[in-house]
Amino acid sequence: MISYEKVAAARGRGRPTSLDFINSIFADFTELHGDRRFADDRAVVAGLAWLENTCVTVIGIEKGKDIKERALRNFGMAHPEGYRKALRQMKLAEKFGRPVVCFVDTSGAYCGIGAEERGQGQAIAENLVEMMSLKTPVISVLVGEGGSGGALALAVANEVWMLEDSVYSVISPEGCASILWKDSSRVQEACECLKLTADHLLALGVIEKIIPEDARLFDNLKCELAAAIARYSGRTGEEIAQERYLRFRRIGDLSD
Amino acid sequence: MRFKKPSNTLEGQSKSDKKPAEERAGEGDYYPCPGCKKNIAKSELRENLNVCPLCSYHLKLSARRRIAIISDPGSFSETDRELTSDNILQFPEYDEKLERARLESSENEAVITGFCEIGGVRCAIFAMEPRFMMGSMGRVVGEKITRLFEAATDARLPVVGFTVSGGARMQEGILSLMQMAKTSGAVGRHSEAGNLFLCVLTDPTTGGVTASFAMQGDIIIAEPGALICFTGPRVIEQTIRKKLPEGFQRAEFQLERGFLDDIVDRRGQRDYIIKILRMHTRGGVAV
Repeated sequence: MISYEKVAAARGRGRPTSLDFINSIFADFTELHGDRRFADDRAVVAGLAWLENTCVTVIGIEKGKDIKERALRNFGMAHPEGYRKALRQMKLAEKFGRPVVCFVDTSGAYCGIGAEERGQGQAIAENLVEMMSLKTPVISVLVGEGGSGGALALAVANEVWMLEDSVYSVISPEGCASILWKDSSRVQEACECLKLTADHLLALGVIEKIIPEDARLFDNLKCELAAAIARYSGRTGEEIAQERYLRFRRIGDLSD
Repeated sequence: MRFKKPSNTLEGQSKSDKKPAEERAGEGDYYPCPGCKKNIAKSELRENLNVCPLCSYHLKLSARRRIAIISDPGSFSETDRELTSDNILQFPEYDEKLERARLESSENEAVITGFCEIGGVRCAIFAMEPRFMMGSMGRVVGEKITRLFEAATDARLPVVGFTVSGGARMQEGILSLMQMAKTSGAVGRHSEAGNLFLCVLTDPTTGGVTASFAMQGDIIIAEPGALICFTGPRVIEQTIRKKLPEGFQRAEFQLERGFLDDIVDRRGQRDYIIKILRMHTRGGVAV
């Protein structure tokens, strides 16, 4: 598939959304709402669940399925309170020594008046700092679209994985074409230039793993998650945070 | 002194105000102030730190001049000046853009980092350069900021930073996005070790820089009228198909919403920074 087709696939309506992954992979998902400051952002779902014998904190950006739910979820574009809700759950995960699993599927953080008034930039900035020093393992899985800072705010993880047909980019191909060339018809070209597909990102060292999208998707991902989390048992929070710091320190290294 | 709020057009402003007025040689002795539209003598502007003497509009200022204005004379030593960007993704036209940016700014990249003394207090300092691809953050900017914070953490020094940025540099794709996480990690470690980060947001500070180190200061101040946002006003207006209110996302708006500690006129910044630095000397003992 060429990059443009991958973008179309990643945005496809028939695709499983974060809640599909959460409900298929984990047991007894118990949703916990609200950022305790302003509101409960429905674009972000967060809560507790069992992954085999381990209690984990699960967070996902949810786009919704039908028109009604998609509107409720703001089409998976979170406001600052969505990122603050996620951070609150991550801090609780650290407190209780639970691993964190994030599912990312967003065209980007919402751009609107309320989002800016309530500090979209500040909310993302705070997540980046806090996630980087979190003393518990974090695994982030990009399941559809990974749109810029709004995706990164849930992807400062020890390991970042991508589904085969997901994409992850600094800017939408449409935005890129319009800013660089003032020409929205060059979107396909922008898709190629941005190197936003899973295989490119694996080659660039930005992700650790590509999850194949076959009939065993959920089972396979469940096994991978359980195995990854097991690797962190017996390691101190400091070691885990240090590993995460070095992971991002190495990406795009200038010295080679 | 009255400050006139500028209108909310990032694009329009960057066109007229791209090059610091004081450095626009061969274009006459006067420069029209983007705030009050009056012609100001360039020599007068320069003397007034690129602030309009009539309406206090803060024009852009080069990174090197900022450091010269803020630091004690002769105290600045630059770090990592030799780091330059390459076109890692083979992005079209990026090589040419880098070349042009180097010529226009006389700098190697969009941030200058180093160490200096401010009022006798030793600090790490960075200033972003508006003429280098609008201060956008790619791998080199991220690396220089990260190295500066790591060095400041080791040396237990405060960091004073000046931001101006269009956000992440899209020509470096996802690797630019990763700089947000990397710099945030270094800022976090500097903070955890008990060191001060004072950040000065200047016009405009947007996108991935707002959503990382610009908003991570212990104390965050801004210049009057500076546009400070995650998403720029033009994109929001296109998305919501409405005109934004006057002054939306400007420094005065951000102060009112609680995202800034204060707004400080450029002409008073050195004194303000010295005051804050002295209040943060170890153990709070005056020096």
